[in-house]
Amino acid sequence: MAPAGPRSGDAIFASVERVNAELFTLTYGAIVRQLLTDLEEVDEVNKQLDQMGYNIGIRLVDEFLAKSNVSRCVDFKETAEVSAKVGFKMFLGVGASVTNWDAEGTCCSIVLEDNPLVDFVELPDTCQGLYYCNVLSGVIRGALEMVSVCPPMPLSPSLFIVFLGLLTSLPCLFDVYICSLELPF
Amino acid sequence: MIGVSKIKQYSNVLDKPLSKGKQEVSLSAFAFLFSELVQYNQTQVDNIAELERSRLEDAGYAVGARCLELLCHREKGNRRETRLLGILSFVHSTVWKVLFGKVADSLEKGTEHEDEYMISEKELLVNRFISIPKDMGTFNCGAFVAGIVRGVLDNAGFPAVVTAHFVPMEGQQRPRTTILIKFAEEVLRREARVG
Repeated sequence: MAPAGPRSGDAIFASVERVNAELFTLTYGAIVRQLLTDLEEVDEVNKQLDQMGYNIGIRLVDEFLAKSNVSRCVDFKETAEVSAKVGFKMFLGVGASVTNWDAEGTCCSIVLEDNPLVDFVELPDTCQGLYYCNVLSGVIRGALEMVSVCPPMPLSPSLFIVFLGLLTSLPCLFDVYICSLELPF
Repeated sequence: MIGVSKIKQYSNVLDKPLSKGKQEVSLSAFAFLFSELVQYNQTQVDNIAELERSRLEDAGYAVGARCLELLCHREKGNRRETRLLGILSFVHSTVWKVLFGKVADSLEKGTEHEDEYMISEKELLVNRFISIPKDMGTFNCGAFVAGIVRGVLDNAGFPAVVTAHFVPMEGQQRPRTTILIKFAEEVLRREARVG
């Protein structure tokens, strides 16, 4: 019997159990607020959010592979496309697009038009430099690491840059730059 | 075209129109996020009571406060509840329906004390993928939901102490969860005055 083909993000999202996005948004806001109160330093909060995302990503990728039935990606371009189209859709319910490829094909932006994490959020002046959605970059990092897309050196926060300066003027756009990943292909 | 967004951009988040609240995310995304919340807070405290009380409940309180404002505006046309039973049925029906997709299983008045009410749920959404190790005793992650209820009640003018408890049920493997609401004296006095 031929194995089932890969399923689209929409189909998977329609078949999983769902919760109200506002509960998700408000819970995430509570987490960020707790971190800011505990850690006070914006850089520490960014690191902690990334770590939390990493912990989520290493487990999330199992569910992603089980539900989506995707076959092994042949190159980084395909990896990025699959994460954006299928991954984001099946967990967050919003599709993402991949843009801004560099010449070597190792660096891209994943753009979320409609990010449920940032509904109702406005960053005050005291939190400039806070990467509010840094948990998402941690998730991607954890998930990719589990499927052996490994960076050549321990990641420093500068390698994953979440541009939230955009958050203040363009609350619906979210950029993730994935740079310098060594490709085992 | 790369980089062009069709969505109108707002300089101020308050100018953005309020969504209808129909957007959804997957349950597993929420479950992962909640598990990280609990795990992070476990590293920050020394004992279970503090974990429940000051960390999870406070996180829930913030959610509840915002929920009240959002739902009062969106679902009830900016009318606010002034009676005890009114606010309790608001929590039991509207808040639960919006946050968890269904109304709460039951709302009961406590028999032993005048100021106690209980909202019961067979399986709280937040507890679905959580199992409590024996050495944590009576710890209940439903403290987050208790915090949400406390946030709603407090900001609606009904201060209360809200806690979450497991109640074992015969014939069922997983215990039921009860959110116990104990209203402050002033609320009962006010209720009696209003009649």
